[in-house]
Amino acid sequence: MIVLSAIVSLTLLGLVLGLLLGIAAKYLKVESSPVIDELEALLPGSQCGQCGFPGCRPAAEALAAGEAPATLCPPGGSALAEQIATLLGISLDLSDMAEPEALVARVDEDNCTGCTRCFKVCPTDAIVGAPKQIHAVVADACIACQKCIAVCPTECLQMHPVEVTLRNWRWTKPPRMRSSEAVC
Amino acid sequence: MMNRAKLNSSPHAKADSAVSVIMRQVLMALGPATLFGICIYGWPALFLFIITVTAAVMFEAWCLRLAGKPVKATLQDYSAVLTGWLIAMTLPPYAPWWIGVVGAGLAIVVGKHVYGGLGQNLFNPAMLARVGLLIAFPVEMTTWVQPHPWFSSALPGFVESLRITFIGMDNIDAVSGATLLGHVKTELSQNHLLPHSLDGLFDMANVWLGLMRGSLGEGCLPLLLVSGFWLLNKGVIRWYTPISLLGTVFMLATMFNIYDPEHYLSPLLHLGSGALILTSFFIATDYVTSPQTPFGQIIFGCGCGVLIFVIRTWGSYPEGAGFAVLLMNSVTPLIDHYIRPRIYGRDHKGKPLEVVD
Amino acid sequence: MLSFFKKAKPTIRGGVHATEHKSETSGKPIVYSFPLPAKLYIPLQQHVGKPAEPLIKVGDHVLKGQLLAYSQGAISAPVHAPTSGIIVDVSEYPAPHPSALPIRTVVLASDGQEKWQKFSPVNDPLTIDPEEISLRVGAAGIVGLGGATFPSAVKLSQGRKNKVHTLLINAGECEPYLTCDDRLMQERPEKIIDGVRIMLHGLGATQAIIALEDNKEQAFLAMQTAAQPYPNVTVMQVPTRYPMGWDRQMIRYITGKEVPAGSRSTDMGILLHNVGTAYAVHKALRTGQPLISRVVTISGSAVKNPMNVEVPIGTLISEVLDFCGVDLEKTQRLVMGGPMMGEALPHPAVPIVKGTSGILALAENEIKTGTEQACIRCGSCVSACPAGLLPLEMMSRIKNNQLDAAVGFGLKDCISCGSCSYVCPSNIPLVHYFKYASGELIARQQAQHKTEQTKRLMHDKQARLERIRLQQEEEMRQMQMEKQQRELAKAQAAEAEITS
Repeated sequence: MIVLSAIVSLTLLGLVLGLLLGIAAKYLKVESSPVIDELEALLPGSQCGQCGFPGCRPAAEALAAGEAPATLCPPGGSALAEQIATLLGISLDLSDMAEPEALVARVDEDNCTGCTRCFKVCPTDAIVGAPKQIHAVVADACIACQKCIAVCPTECLQMHPVEVTLRNWRWTKPPRMRSSEAVC
Repeated sequence: MMNRAKLNSSPHAKADSAVSVIMRQVLMALGPATLFGICIYGWPALFLFIITVTAAVMFEAWCLRLAGKPVKATLQDYSAVLTGWLIAMTLPPYAPWWIGVVGAGLAIVVGKHVYGGLGQNLFNPAMLARVGLLIAFPVEMTTWVQPHPWFSSALPGFVESLRITFIGMDNIDAVSGATLLGHVKTELSQNHLLPHSLDGLFDMANVWLGLMRGSLGEGCLPLLLVSGFWLLNKGVIRWYTPISLLGTVFMLATMFNIYDPEHYLSPLLHLGSGALILTSFFIATDYVTSPQTPFGQIIFGCGCGVLIFVIRTWGSYPEGAGFAVLLMNSVTPLIDHYIRPRIYGRDHKGKPLEVVD
Repeated sequence: MLSFFKKAKPTIRGGVHATEHKSETSGKPIVYSFPLPAKLYIPLQQHVGKPAEPLIKVGDHVLKGQLLAYSQGAISAPVHAPTSGIIVDVSEYPAPHPSALPIRTVVLASDGQEKWQKFSPVNDPLTIDPEEISLRVGAAGIVGLGGATFPSAVKLSQGRKNKVHTLLINAGECEPYLTCDDRLMQERPEKIIDGVRIMLHGLGATQAIIALEDNKEQAFLAMQTAAQPYPNVTVMQVPTRYPMGWDRQMIRYITGKEVPAGSRSTDMGILLHNVGTAYAVHKALRTGQPLISRVVTISGSAVKNPMNVEVPIGTLISEVLDFCGVDLEKTQRLVMGGPMMGEALPHPAVPIVKGTSGILALAENEIKTGTEQACIRCGSCVSACPAGLLPLEMMSRIKNNQLDAAVGFGLKDCISCGSCSYVCPSNIPLVHYFKYASGELIARQQAQHKTEQTKRLMHDKQARLERIRLQQEEEMRQMQMEKQQRELAKAQAAEAEITS
């Protein structure tokens, strides 16, 4: 008898709670989160494909689905990874993440044939020029997507590190404590 | 010659402060009370002290090697010596050698390196060891013996002392007894009222001078107080924690003692007995496990004081310093999160102040 | 007006008592016999703001005090020739900066004549239009000589606009080693007071307070005597405790009030100027001479003959060090400015500029570089921080690249005064972390800006391509329609021909 009452009461409890959950799920339903749009807004938007996804939108979808790490975007560096992690509410050890080296495309004027292929693929119109004339890169607009490098027939477009001047010079991060130098 | 490759940020000057200097100053401050303890308890106390400190240093070296950190350089910060020293001071002086070793291991391995080493631990390693030992080995940790004046014949000889430390005491019941706080706890539990149960047993002067059953180095209040004030004077510790802790215990004890002197111990006996002074000046002021800001430290001290009084008065353990400190250690991150210094030009919430002309 | 200040209880928060090292130079008179260098390297930007624009060409002969480059923009300062001679180059030379990266510099080969340009000083600067004082201070190229190098004329104009009532002259000189302001006050107090009075007139303020740390007794007495005749100029002592010379710390001590975050002291009716600036103002208004030289403290234990010496702007640091006798083998670090906030220079082949208050050749025993150890959370940095921050918490966040978290602990209120690093028993380079993080925050902001720009550019390009496509389609359609019409017309014509 006791066994029976236990079974009955627990079953009833389960049923009632299940029903409550069902109702809650129906009436308190959260609309599909706009997190993908927010993620896409954070990403550089250059559709460079360095993350392995065809563009920033697919990368954002993968991030939202938890299929890609927050550190997926090399041009964004740790700053972006931190923002993504905050948005997704995940914790992240960023202490070992390599900072991307800032690059900018430059035209080797001796080899440029003025073929115009590069400025047709440039997503930000950072390359200026006209057919049969030497092209030039507007450094401020270049996003280092390297699409122009791929199409240049004479390899006159090369990536170079951004030149360090007094204006953009910054203190580097102090080196980590020398913990690996174990001597005893 | 200048190293041109390395970029050095300002400042290009440095105060004469170093971790090892701070630790050495604390060790020096502990010296007199320890010496006193060894004098009144004889050889076994010295053996136990040496074993505990050595074990702490060895555990530290082992952990550092496992973690791949520089062993020699880190040992020179004296933090392991200090931890071992503090454990030894809280142990019953005739405790067997393995108590010291287990205590040192608990403190250094479980209390410190599991968290990532110096500066990372949540709990005070010495107190963790003390509480761990007390729970695991209640008999060994509560076998208190009567101290004797310097080098008197009543103290065990060298060979007998080796026996006590490395093999064990034969006549435990004959020589051991309860500490003042333990005695009070037992008497009260048997419904014996206080003034009567203390009669003739405890002389206030002996309580304050540490000529009473107790831990190796917690007894002599004048020495501990002088050392504590020396540390305050040197700027190694700040007054917020010790004063708030002692003040809280004193106030609570006075209030309850006035209310009902038959059930509540006098504030003077509270201050004079057990680990209160050592805890307030040397344990609760531990940098790593106590709050950063003056106000936070006052909260920490008051919290410790309340807990010590509560545990001593209503808890089942006669002494509550270890538990109190550990409990307050666990709320230190919380205190530090909420109690922050006010930033210049901002209010306590971080909003800019109003412009006043 | 003084009662306004007396109400408040003076307070100091944080700070350190750093070893002073001032006695090496504070007792010696300023040396004026520095030989004129053969070449001077005058950077075009020695101030906060836009660089000056040169108006001379290579090969031009210039006179001492002649304008070399004019200020451009609202916040800028002109640059003048420190001696007479010939311009031999206008191009990039190493800057007095930790990176020693190139900066646009005028190179002047002196002709040894020291021939001055003619000036037209005003008769009595205390009676002219206040606006005129700002203009003349600006034209003389005067910038904050304490090291901040903010153009002084801009500050004066802003102060006048904000109806400042008090001019606070910062003579704290709280940095160890430096004594150039101390000596200046001991030797030329009347001139400084005159400069202060000129600035008071230019501001339209009612009173001036000159505040010195109480370790400068001689200077205090000299200044007090010089200020005696003027009731609106007060000289007062403040406790010696670094960073007393931080403008906001000084305001808090003197007025008992804090400058709210994000506001300026002028919002409270107080304007701060450095005492050296006051002297430069006196010189510019009384004689018409622009700022072309300054007193620099040369000290540090690697310097054989430490001293205060007046040198022309643009003198290479190496030449000044040679003059004082420096042991380069012993020099572990070469610092421009004081040891607490000055910058380490990678080599001495950089010029002295307007903001150079000192050159220190420091030996190992002075900088005490120890090995970094783990933080023991001792809280020394928390008590030392004059701004009320939690340096250790900020540092541990920055170590993990959590810059936003560090900002939450007050990173943006950090003034890089160095007190935390100075007291840290674990030798943690706290200030280095904060400088790195502040730079990184700017870089991130710029990256953010660039991302937005990229999106705009990409959108523009897409829109343009779309427009071109639509246009082409339109043209195609029109062409086809015309073709059809032509064919139709042709067909109709043919039909008509047939029917006719």
